[in-house]
Amino acid sequence: MQPKISLQNVFYTYADETEALRNVSLDVLPNQVFVLFGPSRSGKSTMLRLLNRLSDLTDGARFQGTVLVDGRNVFDKSVDVFDLRRRVSMVFAVPTPLPGSIRDNLTYGLRMAGQRNGSLLEARVQKSLEQAALWDEVKDRLDSSAMALSGGQKQRLCLARSLAMEPEVILLDNPTSGLDPISTSVVEETLRDLVSQYTIVMVPHSVQQAARIADRAGFLLDGELVEVNTTENLFLHPQDQRTEDYITGRFG
Amino acid sequence: MDTAQAPPESLPNRRIGERIIEGIILVAGISTIIIVALIFLFLLKEGINAFLDIPLRELFGDRWYPIDGIYGLMPLLVGTTLVTIGAVIIAVPLGLVAAIYLGELAPQWLREILKPLIEILAGIPSIVLGFLGWVALAPLIQNAGADTGLTAFTGSLLLAYMSLPTIISISEDALYAVPKEYRDGSLALGATQWQTTWRVVLPAARSGLVIAVMLGIGRVIGETMGVLLVTGNAANMPPLGPGMLFNPVRTMTATIAAEMGEVAQGSLHYSVLFGIGLILFLITFVVNWLAARLVGVSGARTKVGGQV
Repeated sequence: MQPKISLQNVFYTYADETEALRNVSLDVLPNQVFVLFGPSRSGKSTMLRLLNRLSDLTDGARFQGTVLVDGRNVFDKSVDVFDLRRRVSMVFAVPTPLPGSIRDNLTYGLRMAGQRNGSLLEARVQKSLEQAALWDEVKDRLDSSAMALSGGQKQRLCLARSLAMEPEVILLDNPTSGLDPISTSVVEETLRDLVSQYTIVMVPHSVQQAARIADRAGFLLDGELVEVNTTENLFLHPQDQRTEDYITGRFG
Repeated sequence: MDTAQAPPESLPNRRIGERIIEGIILVAGISTIIIVALIFLFLLKEGINAFLDIPLRELFGDRWYPIDGIYGLMPLLVGTTLVTIGAVIIAVPLGLVAAIYLGELAPQWLREILKPLIEILAGIPSIVLGFLGWVALAPLIQNAGADTGLTAFTGSLLLAYMSLPTIISISEDALYAVPKEYRDGSLALGATQWQTTWRVVLPAARSGLVIAVMLGIGRVIGETMGVLLVTGNAANMPPLGPGMLFNPVRTMTATIAAEMGEVAQGSLHYSVLFGIGLILFLITFVVNWLAARLVGVSGARTKVGGQV
């Protein structure tokens, strides 16, 4: 099976000489949840931002290696970066709705892509909210401000905002940070339901969440991808001592 | 039991200290209000005779000949309005565009050079800029075909230049204060840089931008020495029409500055000059009130959900 995403010998260095990624090679298969875990500052977010080229915005950073989506180099000159970001969508750790109503937030990406068809926009609003398990809570107040939602609702709104674009890949950078356990499990269930249609790459909130939600997982430490395996193998039979130390809580 | 009963010894002291600081802040806050009220009362006391002794019809007439006892303020009002509107039309778009460039597009190193330079511009004394306008700008205007280089338009250009640093610097601060997460969120949905700036960053920074523009306008209305030098100081009604801007005019501020030295204290002319001051004060008040309303309205709109 052709991997949906493939990183080959990727190095990424920030302007202050921090080596965020060192020789990372990795395949993500389609319709799987791939979880990337490791201590803070180990390069997880950097890697996510590389996949849809949000990393372009970082001044003075240096990049080396190859990033393929569907076998195509995302840094190739012929790639339209805005189109890439519509196909490889990202949800951030801090859920930040854009100023405006719930509906505005959901249709923003499509409108910016030039979509003017009102009934299509309406259909996407409902579909994406249903997928993100938010429809029942907000269907009566789509025109009220998105800022007034609770933390968990905002997080699902930001997820729905990405889903409304009907992307192929969803990148999630710690999407349950700051959520209570109930909201967390709602989001996790949502993601498990979505994976039949999407490829999901996620930075988890904790090792436990990684084990709960992943099909495959990779352990990242100081920019080095220590170990990649199926969830069961990685968490029950880690090959590398550092992986074992981390998941058993000996450091981190 | 013992520990529960004995309060920490420093607590009463801390309370007194807290009260003193609160008191100082209160006095500082109230004193600014009192000073503004006193200024208003002073202007009212010195200027009220102008409104009582001269029939309003005459006071807002179109001839300003103080030597003959004719005090028609209309030419001065028109002068100030023309110069101000001209300056605002030039300075606001230019200032906002410059702020957007600085805040959203310029690379970090360039911003670090440009921002302090722009802020230094704000510190140049207006008389120095006025002198430059008189020596350098006025001949240009005259060569371009105006009867004289000293016109309302010259004043507008100069005032626009004077208010630009204020508008740019405060607008840029407002844009800078927009959380990075808004930009990331927008870009991650495939929006372009320009769409992100126009649809997300500018609306989010709206209240700060309104304040920047209003402070810029405040600077324009209140400016005196610069316009005194370059607008020609003719207290005539410019002929109505598109050429209005290219006639010499005199602003209200310039009138006070030019004539206050020559009037007898307590005379009618003296009162009229203070009356002009009173009108300027009210205009400033209205501008500030409008600004507060605009900011308030935009705040409320964000709450009920303006268009992204």
